[in-house]
Amino acid sequence: MTSSRKLDHAVTLVVILAMVMMILPNVIILPASFGGEDYIIFPPRSFSTKWYHTFFETPAWQSATVNSLIVAVCSMIAATIVGTLAALGMVRLSQRSRGLMMSFFLLPTIVPTIITGVALYGLLARTGLRGGVFGIVLGHTIIATPFVIINVVAALQRMDMRLEHGARSLGASPLKAFYYVTLPIIWPGIAAGAAFAFLTSFSELVLALFLTSGATTTLPVQMWSGIRFEINPTVAAASTLFVVVSCVMLLVVGLLRRKGERTA
Amino acid sequence: MSVLIRRHASFLLLLPAILLLAAFFILPTLQLVGLSFEGDAGAMTHYSRIFDRPVYVQVLQRTFLTSAATAVLCVLIGYPVAYRLVTGSNRTRLVLLALILVPFWTNLLVLCYGWLIVLNPQGAVNTLLLDIGLINTPLPLSGGIVAVLIGMVQTMMPYLILPVAANMARIDNRVLQAARSLGAPPLQVFLRAYLPMTLPGVMAGALLVFIMSIGFFIIPAILGGTRDIFIAQLIEMNINKVLNWGFAAALSTIVLVTTLALYAIGVRWFRLGSIWGQA
Repeated sequence: MTSSRKLDHAVTLVVILAMVMMILPNVIILPASFGGEDYIIFPPRSFSTKWYHTFFETPAWQSATVNSLIVAVCSMIAATIVGTLAALGMVRLSQRSRGLMMSFFLLPTIVPTIITGVALYGLLARTGLRGGVFGIVLGHTIIATPFVIINVVAALQRMDMRLEHGARSLGASPLKAFYYVTLPIIWPGIAAGAAFAFLTSFSELVLALFLTSGATTTLPVQMWSGIRFEINPTVAAASTLFVVVSCVMLLVVGLLRRKGERTA
Repeated sequence: MSVLIRRHASFLLLLPAILLLAAFFILPTLQLVGLSFEGDAGAMTHYSRIFDRPVYVQVLQRTFLTSAATAVLCVLIGYPVAYRLVTGSNRTRLVLLALILVPFWTNLLVLCYGWLIVLNPQGAVNTLLLDIGLINTPLPLSGGIVAVLIGMVQTMMPYLILPVAANMARIDNRVLQAARSLGAPPLQVFLRAYLPMTLPGVMAGALLVFIMSIGFFIIPAILGGTRDIFIAQLIEMNINKVLNWGFAAALSTIVLVTTLALYAIGVRWFRLGSIWGQA
């Protein structure tokens, strides 16, 4: 065997091991969630669907799921509107100011959420808004907006801007040109951004730990107390739900990206 | 009026996002920084407490060292993966991309819970090792720095792989062909042509992993022990249990300044930030 063949096999081995490590925690959740024991043991000794019953029938888990869906949908709508507007503004800037603006808009993804959470906690506590749905939606909108901006800017950069200019020069108002020309081309980018915004809010824990209270508890917060204070495989059942949601979302985004590349 | 709107269209479109960030992100963060300088014994009260007590210095050291170790491990494991992601067949690339992006978009709590199931005394790894007779007593894999490191490397890996792969995809293959045709052995081609050309991507990825790791809360809180805590846990404790906002603000300021300084360096020299477009 030549040395380059050996090297090739070594690379393949590292890649396979790395990929096993990447996907192991996602994959192991599924069999674990069907275990019959009241504590973490793998492989499970007995088979049971009781953790799914607990998940779907306990009021605390039910209300947490509903809260999470409400918060994620509200944050997604807010982030999609604000983010799409910002992206439309960004592409009108010069290359240099666009880069600076992007670095600014990416700050919420760089600054640790623990700091954003503590800072927003302080502000909302002073105004008496902490603990309500508004506070957590606000927090999630801040960290979700960058993903919308990135996706819509990418869609706009793929698009031939002369189409919009053409519509304008033929007498269409800016709104009409956007609605009839730009929007039909960039909507897959907007939808992908919205999907990521939803996923960001739906999975977020750290901000929720600071900004929610009893009645507004979200699913990740409920899981957090499940892991920390009562070792309880209901978390595994809830986790399976998250893995399914993530996979479906990624599939949708993948299809949207392909569609976006074709329409542009 | 309409002329005014047209001239400032880009500014008006950007305004909602700028206002949102200014009012509810920048302003409260600055207030937190301000709070860190309000102490009983002068502006530096909280800071001198952090650096006078060995306990707190240890927390800082542990956080920064673990973050650096995470970055190094991600480079070592992620570099070959990025290479296959760029050079592999279409099917290989699709499979690799799926295996990288699914965990990237999976709830961190789910990943941590998965690692608990893998690493627990009664978890998958210990059961396997006990069954094949390699060990007699379960290894203490969970509840310590090893578990934290495993969890951090796994969750941070995409932040390394994606910038490195983007960098590798831009490399002109003719340079490598030239090196080979001039008689350079494979190792020489790699060390003297390929590696130097991919170094900017590696630096960007490693920097990003380091920055993101400094503020980690969930992973050390679930996979780590109760004694080996990280800065983020110390901040949370001081807010929710000790109610010492000034001290938490000082810790936050240290993390914030480090993070932003490194981010600025990354944006200036390594085109940091383009990674989110790929994920």
